Amino acid sequence: MSWADAIFWLLAATALLAGWRVFRTDSMVRASFFLLASFIAVGAIMLMLGAAYLGFATIFMMAVEMMVMALFMVMFMMNPAGLNPMSMVHQHGLAIVAGLVTFAGLGAFALSVDLPSRPLPAGAEVTAPLGRELLGPSMLVFESAGVTLLATMICAVVLSSRSGRFGPSDAGSVPPSIDPTAQEKS
Amino acid sequence: MTVQAILIVAAALIGLGVYGTLSQQSIVMLMMGLELIINGVLLATVGFWSLTAAGLPEGQLLAIVAMAVMAVEMAIGFALVVAVFRRREVDMTDRLGTMSH
Repeated sequence: MSWADAIFWLLAATALLAGWRVFRTDSMVRASFFLLASFIAVGAIMLMLGAAYLGFATIFMMAVEMMVMALFMVMFMMNPAGLNPMSMVHQHGLAIVAGLVTFAGLGAFALSVDLPSRPLPAGAEVTAPLGRELLGPSMLVFESAGVTLLATMICAVVLSSRSGRFGPSDAGSVPPSIDPTAQEKS
Repeated sequence: MTVQAILIVAAALIGLGVYGTLSQQSIVMLMMGLELIINGVLLATVGFWSLTAAGLPEGQLLAIVAMAVMAVEMAIGFALVVAVFRRREVDMTDRLGTMSH
């Protein structure tokens, strides 16, 4: 086993162990940091595979995202610090079986399919061609992703805002009645 | 470091994510499961790009689209958590039996 292989398996084990601990820790804030550790390990594997831009982008993006996640945990969770033992799960057996079946199915695909071997040429430039691709032949895809993110920002503000320009966002709305004519009468 | 090894690790991450998504009661924890699934997808995409596609730029583009999906999932997920919490004071999936208010 070469050094690269050893480091790869170490990072893979870190990613998986941290991913597993996300759902096994008592503290919700700790869970977000375990998820961050998993993402950083995957980002490091991406760097080993030669994807410098994507690897660093994953690490930086996830660092910020998980900080936001930790803030949400503190806001919404009853036990963000993990002072009490906690397990908030439902349909646990089904979830375990579904996870194992997913792993077995995808793993069987990985081992049974004869994939081509066309590795990245040593010393190949990868970031500049990506930039040319994004602002050249694939600009429509790239811009579509950008517009989707803009729409997401607008939707997120609309969904989470308490009120609009003309008062509370839910003012005047009433639950629909079972009787379709009742609302007209009122 | 073969493509098979990377795909096995990605499959394990996706399996963990599926387990978390189906088992967690809290909406925010459920989103963590979804994040883990996309984590595995990203790893598999970059593995394919690096080891079977000879560094074709379109492969990296696909990974960037997957990252955009992850950002959209997080933003809309948190916005929905805030909206649901403000309306009904709940953050657990089990207490959301209906979508009407």
